[in-house]
Amino acid sequence: MEAYISLFIKAVFIENLALSFFLGMCTFIAVSKKISTAMGLGIAVMMVQIITVPANNFIYHALLKEDALSWMGITGVDLSFLALLSCIGVIAALVQILEMILDKFFPALYHALGIFLPLITVNCAILAGSLFMIERDYNLPESVVYGVGSGFGWALAITVMAGVREKLKYSDIPAGLQGLGITFITAGLMSLGFMAFSGIQL
Amino acid sequence: MSAIMSEILNDETKKVLIEPLVDNNPITLQVLGICSALAVTSQMSTSLIMALALTMVTACSSAAISAIRNHIPGSIRIIVQMTIIASLVIVVDQILKAFAYEVSKQLSVFVGLIITNCIVMGRAEGYAMKNPPLASFMDGIGNGLGYSLILITVSFIRESLGSGKLLGIEVFKLTKDGGWYDPNGLMLLPPSAFFIIGLIIWGVRQWKPKQAETADFKIMSIAHGEGGHH
Repeated sequence: MEAYISLFIKAVFIENLALSFFLGMCTFIAVSKKISTAMGLGIAVMMVQIITVPANNFIYHALLKEDALSWMGITGVDLSFLALLSCIGVIAALVQILEMILDKFFPALYHALGIFLPLITVNCAILAGSLFMIERDYNLPESVVYGVGSGFGWALAITVMAGVREKLKYSDIPAGLQGLGITFITAGLMSLGFMAFSGIQL
Repeated sequence: MSAIMSEILNDETKKVLIEPLVDNNPITLQVLGICSALAVTSQMSTSLIMALALTMVTACSSAAISAIRNHIPGSIRIIVQMTIIASLVIVVDQILKAFAYEVSKQLSVFVGLIITNCIVMGRAEGYAMKNPPLASFMDGIGNGLGYSLILITVSFIRESLGSGKLLGIEVFKLTKDGGWYDPNGLMLLPPSAFFIIGLIIWGVRQWKPKQAETADFKIMSIAHGEGGHH
């Protein structure tokens, strides 16, 4: 149990996908103008991450890994080079399914998330979650915890960023630095803050 | 042959090749593909490989998608594009693992993340779906070069100031080896990449004021002799 808690803390703070690996930056910069939309996107990312990381973990271990097909009597086959293709396929398909389920059973949530849900397919934070899971060789329960943690960390980062940017628009910024430039520097300062966690050993 | 050459050298090609470098740079203006621009730039060697890989993938995927653009049904075009891009990225990944294993270990997941790099997707959707293969190929190269330019600039600054080296070769002699340069450790950490790109954007926009964004709220200028309260 303790191992899972420390994995969670590590995924949220120490290895925050947005601020220490720069993942999902395009959406992170583009959608962090208002707290409410940023939070909506954050929740959507978290939901997709919770589903896709374990799903990709299962598929990788049951079909793609070296000798994974031995349960079918096939040995000596290593399909792990297909991992990239299968990960992105699974993500695209699951996002589509999630969209349909939400539309059918939770229309309020579906309308709240709106355009963000389909956009998540091309959010690198999601694909990176699955690829890190493969690279670090997590098992199924670990991948669930990692999915929750990394999604939550990303959501936290974008919400905080949106909070800062809402205040920032009232400040007097040099013309060339307006908008994108100052956003990068703010993100850099936030990232500096998150560096403080990096000394923690779990 | 000469017909092909003249098509390669015409104005449109020149435009799609040159424009993304500064005027319409994918990173500083279009805000695409930032993730990897920040993450792989602590060393010049990794960022050169990454720039090369992305340029190749963008160019080839744009050409391939443009070649079949009239046969892709609109409703499933994203999935078709994804599959083409993912296949090309697998090829790049396997080549790197075979010939540059060390670098591919350092790049870790970021080679795979070219799939979701918005530049590739954005050029496929924004240019290749409407233009012939050769022009799309050139457009892919141009945008890849725009991306490479930023990547190499950032990694040049980070590696030289952070560890006193360029491409692994010592340029500043470090104090611990009896030299004069005290390396700035911050340059090797993630936040410095944000700062450097932010400053590059500032520089570019100061140089080309057209790219600057307008502020939501402006400080009111108080002119003399106007306004009532005293």
